[in-house]
Amino acid sequence: MEKQDNNSEEKKINEESSLSDNTKKTPKDVSRRNVLKAFAGVPVAGLLGFELLRKIDYDKSKRQRIIQELGLDKMEFSIPDYGREQKQDIIRIGIIGFGRRAEQLSAGLGFMHPEEMRKRENNNTLKNWLEQENLHVVITGICDVFDQHAERGLTIANNNIRSETSSFPVRRYHTYQEMLADKDIDAVIISTPDHHHGHMGIDATKAGKHVYLEKSVAHTEEELNELYRVVKESHITFQLGHQITQSTVFKQAKEIIDKNVLGKITLIETTSNRNTAEGAWIRHLDNKGNPKPGDEKSIDWTQWLGNTPYVPFSIDRFYNWTKWFAYDTGMIGQLFTHEFDAVNQLVRIGIPKSVSSSGGIYYWKDNREMPDSLHCVFEYPDKELTLMYSGNLASSRSRGRVFMGHDASMELGNNIKITVDRNSTQYKKGIASGLIETGSPMLSFNPNAGQIDAVTSASEKYYADRGLTNTVINGRQVDVTHLHLREWLSCIREKKTPSANIEVAYEEGVACLMAHRSYLERRQVFWDDENKKII
Amino acid sequence: MISENNYSKPQLIFLLVLRFAIGWHVLFEGISKVLNPQWTSANFLQESQGILSGLSGWIISNPNILAIIDFMNIWGLVAIGLGLIFGFLFKPAAIIGSFLVFIYYLSVPPMVGYEYTLPSDGSNLIVNRTLIEAVALFGLALFPTNKIFGLDYFIYSSNKRKFQNGKTR
Repeated sequence: MEKQDNNSEEKKINEESSLSDNTKKTPKDVSRRNVLKAFAGVPVAGLLGFELLRKIDYDKSKRQRIIQELGLDKMEFSIPDYGREQKQDIIRIGIIGFGRRAEQLSAGLGFMHPEEMRKRENNNTLKNWLEQENLHVVITGICDVFDQHAERGLTIANNNIRSETSSFPVRRYHTYQEMLADKDIDAVIISTPDHHHGHMGIDATKAGKHVYLEKSVAHTEEELNELYRVVKESHITFQLGHQITQSTVFKQAKEIIDKNVLGKITLIETTSNRNTAEGAWIRHLDNKGNPKPGDEKSIDWTQWLGNTPYVPFSIDRFYNWTKWFAYDTGMIGQLFTHEFDAVNQLVRIGIPKSVSSSGGIYYWKDNREMPDSLHCVFEYPDKELTLMYSGNLASSRSRGRVFMGHDASMELGNNIKITVDRNSTQYKKGIASGLIETGSPMLSFNPNAGQIDAVTSASEKYYADRGLTNTVINGRQVDVTHLHLREWLSCIREKKTPSANIEVAYEEGVACLMAHRSYLERRQVFWDDENKKII
Repeated sequence: MISENNYSKPQLIFLLVLRFAIGWHVLFEGISKVLNPQWTSANFLQESQGILSGLSGWIISNPNILAIIDFMNIWGLVAIGLGLIFGFLFKPAAIIGSFLVFIYYLSVPPMVGYEYTLPSDGSNLIVNRTLIEAVALFGLALFPTNKIFGLDYFIYSSNKRKFQNGKTR
């Protein structure tokens, strides 16, 4: 093959020399011409380089002009201090209610079941978790009415991979009162079913423990008011469990709103979209369809019921408590709470003047009381805006969380997309000049980079829709629950107020109870600000 | 063996135009990824269906492998693009390029019943532009234009000299 090639080369040389003989060119000319031919790609590459430079320049100046036009050029993102570890006093934590959420919270604190660690090792998510900042805490107390959950909690708390904390024994408490009475517990995390949140939060505060309370805040108005009062009178650090706003994009969204990029916001739409049995709180079966463990012997049913009306032991109620009004407020307590928190942290709307809810049980026709389709309208005449919530458990069609301003709208998920309004006043000039497009999102914020990207292609627009489960700090994937716990712990140490403090928790609690009451009573309910009462 | 001096002038021009066009495209695909530090093949691999979907899934689930794949893609495309345009190591560039583009095709082939969430570029059934580019690249390797119109000229001419020297000895 090689030889053949060489032969043909030789032939070619002969041909070329005979050709040059004919045109009376010297061999030097021939070789110069051949060399020139060899560089045939150079002008092509040159043209590509030239066009490339032009494109880079164009993209850069367009991006700069858009950013300037939107007033985002002066935006500053704070540099997170995440990962700067320092030696700190150990905080001893007790966890009340050790179900699925408590396992996630434990992972956020730095404790994980050995089985779960193996699972994560196999799907390559263990490394991220191991790199999580050491929060310098120990879990020293577990309280659960179900033996199996409590034992799992003990295993997790004892699986200590950070050696400095190994000297603390872990204890199981059979009632939460016992745990609160123990002076060897500094702080408690309450992750029980919702009907226990209020009174446990109150008792924990009274016992002088710092409180991390999972949403929703309280199941009744009386408990909510009492919780607010005792926390305000205490010196404890209270944090409501809302990890969502710890995400880097939320801090960017706040900047965007503060910089008035959107103009006057008069409508905010929030949604929940789920379409699975699990999502509709049918959780008493495992992956294989077998009933999950638990019976009257292993579950302290009286304690589980707490202050709610007596019903005979029911595994359905134990696992699927969200279906009943006695224990929860359904989509309002489980899902809307996150939406409200997200909105309230960004625009601080507070307590609505009125709420009107409607919905029904339209798909999951089991023994539930809770609606599977629910829509609430929250009016804020003082703030001149309406907050809407629409939740559905029988369709997973993705509807975003959208802030609608006169000049632009912002869709906020795990990513931010801004679409300029075609009738905007602020950007009128930019729209007229063609710099700003209004037909599709023109800016997206990528949490990975902490910088602004102009959305340029269809596929990039598509990617902007998709998000991440974690947030990214300095190029590292970090669990947002971990960040929320970290904020709580550092506020305890530094005697500061965390983001989901009792004030915002109270506002959220009232808004949720109003929405729930409106659904139950099938009427618009109002907030009496003077008497601090729902009417 | 077909060689460049056997082509007619229009044939030669066509082959050069094809070579420069594909080279341009491949090179810019590479450069645009170099310029976008956030680019990752993960989004593309996530879409994968068919015989390579298992491999794609494995790559995504493994951050270190993904990083290697990303690096190889970016600089592979740049190197192949340069090779095609400059006619430098042209045959390996065209063959490896054809193989690489064919892998892209196999990752998301427009087969009946395969549905992708990414917007597709035109209407495709089994054959799409990616497949055509892979085939065209292979064709370029079969109809080389690099020994005269490429930096490979220097490689071959030095070989030639060696060959001629050998003959005179």
